[in-house]
Parts: sequence; C-alpha cells; structure tokens
Amino acid sequence: MTGANAMLAAATPLLWVRIFASALQVVAVAVGGPLLLGLMGKVRARAESRIGPPITQGLADLRKLVRKEAIRAEHTSAVASLAPLVLLGSAVVASAVTPLLTTSTIITGGGDLFVVVYLLLMGSVALALGGLDAGTAFGGMGSSRAMTIGAISEPALLVAILAMAVQAKTSSLPGIVAGTLAHPAWLTSPQWILALAALAIVVIAETGRIPVDNPSTHLELTMIREAMMLEYAGPDLSMVTAGEAMRFALLLGLLVNLFFPWGVDTSRSVAALLIALVALAAKTALLAIVIALIEVSTAKLRLFRIPELLAGGFVLAVMAVTAGLVIK
Amino acid sequence: MTLGFSLDLVELASGIVLATAVLTLWRKDLRALISALRIQGIALAAVAAALAFYIGDAGIGFVAVVVFAVKGLVIPSLLARVVRTDPGSREADPLINVPASLVVASGLIVLSFLVAGQFTGLLSDPVTRLAPLGLATVLIGFFLLVTRRKAISQIVGLLLVDNGVALVAFVLTAGVPLLVELGVSLDVLLAVVVLQVLVAAMRVRFGHLDLDQLRELHD
Repeated sequence: MTGANAMLAAATPLLWVRIFASALQVVAVAVGGPLLLGLMGKVRARAESRIGPPITQGLADLRKLVRKEAIRAEHTSAVASLAPLVLLGSAVVASAVTPLLTTSTIITGGGDLFVVVYLLLMGSVALALGGLDAGTAFGGMGSSRAMTIGAISEPALLVAILAMAVQAKTSSLPGIVAGTLAHPAWLTSPQWILALAALAIVVIAETGRIPVDNPSTHLELTMIREAMMLEYAGPDLSMVTAGEAMRFALLLGLLVNLFFPWGVDTSRSVAALLIALVALAAKTALLAIVIALIEVSTAKLRLFRIPELLAGGFVLAVMAVTAGLVIK
Repeated sequence: MTLGFSLDLVELASGIVLATAVLTLWRKDLRALISALRIQGIALAAVAAALAFYIGDAGIGFVAVVVFAVKGLVIPSLLARVVRTDPGSREADPLINVPASLVVASGLIVLSFLVAGQFTGLLSDPVTRLAPLGLATVLIGFFLLVTRRKAISQIVGLLLVDNGVALVAFVLTAGVPLLVELGVSLDVLLAVVVLQVLVAAMRVRFGHLDLDQLRELHD
C-alpha cells in the first residue's frame, strides 16, 4: 500500500479492511486457542520431565471429533444441541469485536466492554444449561459449581475493565486500547495495577485453570468445566472444545492487550495487521508459558476456598474503580 | 527525585497501605497477616519519605525513619514472635466468612471515598485526594477488630486503625510534627508490648488466645 493510500485508509477505515481484520481475529483466536492450550500442556510436561503431546494435538483432536458420528445422550432436549452452537457462536462474535489485532473492528463501536463480557457470559450459561440437560449427576454438579464461580468472577471481570474505562473515559474496548497506546503513563497508575491483579485472578477462574479448576483431570470431586462436557461427543464435543479454547485465547489476548497494548494495529493497513498478529502470538504465548509454569508449582484450591480468592479479586476491582474515580 | 515522581510514589505507597489492609481480611494465616502489617508499615514510611521530598521538609524525613523503625520493623517482629511461640492454631477464625468480609471491605472503601470526597475537595493539593485511602484503612481496621476472635488479629486490627489515622494525617496536613509522631509511635509500641505481655499471660493461664472463650472470671 502506498503512502497516500495508507493515509486515506487511516482517515476513513474502509469496510473491507475492517471485515478482513475481524475475520483475521476470529481465525487467529480459533487456531490460536488450541495451540496455546497445546503449548501450555507441552511446558507443563517438560517441567515434569515428560515429553508430552505435540503442541498441535488440540487441532488434531478437533479434526478427529468433527469427522465422528453425531451422538446425543438419551432424553436430552433442544437445549443440549443448542448449547454448543451458542457457546461457539458467542466466542466467534466476541473475538470479532474485541481489539485483539486492530482497534477498528467490523462493527464500529461494537467492542463495548459490556457487550464482550456478556457475550462471554452467554457462552458460560449455555454450557451450564447443556451440562444440566442430560440430567446426569456430574453434569449438574459441574454446572452448579461453574455458576457459583461465575456469579463472583463475572462482576469482578466487568468492574476490573470498568476501572480502565473510567480512566479512558470510554466503555469501548478498542477505545481503551487506543487510549493506552496514546498515554503509556496510564499503565503504571495505581488503578491500572489493581485492575491487572483483579483481571489476572478472574481470567484464571473464567478459563478454568489451576488453582480454580484443573483442566487435565476427570476426578469427580474436583472437576468443574470438564464435568459439563461429559455428555457431549463427536461434532458437538468439537464445538464445545473449540468454544472453550477460543474463550481461553480471547481472555488471554484481552488481558495482554489491555496491559501491554504495543503491537496492536491502529493504522488500519494490512501490513500492520500482520505485525499485530505476530505480536499477539508472541505476547499470548509468553503469558501462557508463565501461567503453565505457575500451574506446575501450584496446587488446586479447595472448592470452598475459591469464593475467597474471587471475592479478593472483586475487592481489588472495586478498589481500582474507586481509585480511578478519585485519583485523577 | 522530581516533584512528579515523588507524587507518584506517594500515590503508589498509599495504595499499598490500603491493599495490605484488604490483605489482612483476605488471608487466614496469622503469619501472612503479620507480613501484610510489615509491608503496610514500610509503605507508610515510604509515604512519609516521598512527602518529605514533595514538600521539601526534612522533619517529615525524620518521621519516616521513626515510622519505618517502629511500624515496619519492631512491631511486626514482636507480633511474629508471639505467633511463633504460640502452640495453638495459626489460622484466624473470623466470625464473618472471608468472601463476605471482603464484600463488606469493598463497601467500606466506597463509603470512605464518598465521605472523604466531601472534604478533600476543599483543599487544592493533589496529595489530599489520597485521604479516602487512609479512612478506608481505619474502617477496615475497625471491621477486623469486631469480627475476629484471636487476640493477634485484634492487635493487627488496632494497628491498622493507627496506620490509617497516620496516613490521613500525612496526606491532609502534609505531615505531622516530629514530636507528635514520635509520641504516637511510642504509644503504639507500648500498647503492643503491653498486649504481648497480656497475650503471654493469657496463654499461661488459659492455654489459648481465643477471646470468645473468656466468659468466666478466674482468680
């Protein structure tokens, strides 16, 4: 793209550039999610002196599941068949409008923090309903636990991002990311640090990682998210797994972009998008490796201690907002 | 050190004072409680030291040294010794469970911002906007005092109240005179020493530190 064209594009973000950017984000999240989970599995395995499955195992599993015959549990209603679609669909829409690669996504002003947080919540609720629908003990138990945790983590997530919205004076996520790029001093302000601590706790809880949930176990006493997927098989399971992986990559990408926004494209050119893609991959991979290393050395919390951890995150988020309102 | 940087440091250290106050409600381990108190004392000293640069008053620098010595070093080590020598449980057992107390704490923080907002607006110095953080620390200290059973937790609550009052004094009046701070710090130190003796006597007499069980009179 020549200089004049780039300037023109910067002045008026063309629709096709925005569509391309959003599509690229969805593809990046859909492919990146299983890869990030594979990377974390690999890091954990290496730290435990095992070889571990290849990083691309998640993608291979998805390909295998899609080809399998569609089987549903007996006595399930339409809810069980709709839940994977809603989970995957909400993850796709959320990754299209969140500022992961660019600050100008397909819907102008569509990356509002309330929209993104509640799209993610919609996916969680759909999965919980799906887990309940088959009427098995494990599914119901998993759903009940997931909703117990979600009831505290969801408001904490909202309030933590709200603390940044107060400082950026806009509730749109692209606006917040663009604001941080313009004012890097925000990143060291007290409210930003408090919000980072709160968000880190919430993202761990929302994605079901140690110490809140252990994704690599099927132990009935401890599992939360895995329990809700037990009744799914074949293409349905592939949709649920893909949706969960996308949520993971999306939350990780949102976390790194809110606190380390460099690399996100604001010039709306294709070349900048590709740079942003590399930057996002590097940033999220680094974060995933750090989380995996922490997981290896941490034990899962008792279920009854989890609300304490999340309530702590909520207080941090509230402190961030109040600090942001008063200390300007 | 530039003026802007020292102001940032005052803000950050005041934030740490409040964050450690929340930490005392969050963690159940008594040793973690005392570590939080130690960090809070050091952060309070940092507030005073940065204020000394910000205002350009050497007297507050001396206050910072006193605060660091008394609240950052001596009192936490005294308390740590009590916990170390206590054969009983090292977990605080709160009357109100942790998630509920944390939610109450966030309510107290919002309340103190609302209340303190009434008078911080009267002063023009940017430092005075930090007064709600100190007020919230005082309120959380009171909350700790009324909801904990263990003697150690109650001492920590009392010290939180004292640290909160000190923070409010620092940011509103731009530091207190050295003599006053010296008097207050020694007062608190004396109170902690007396409480430590009391705790030791309690352990010898009753074998535990649970204040709720002290219902009958003994000879």
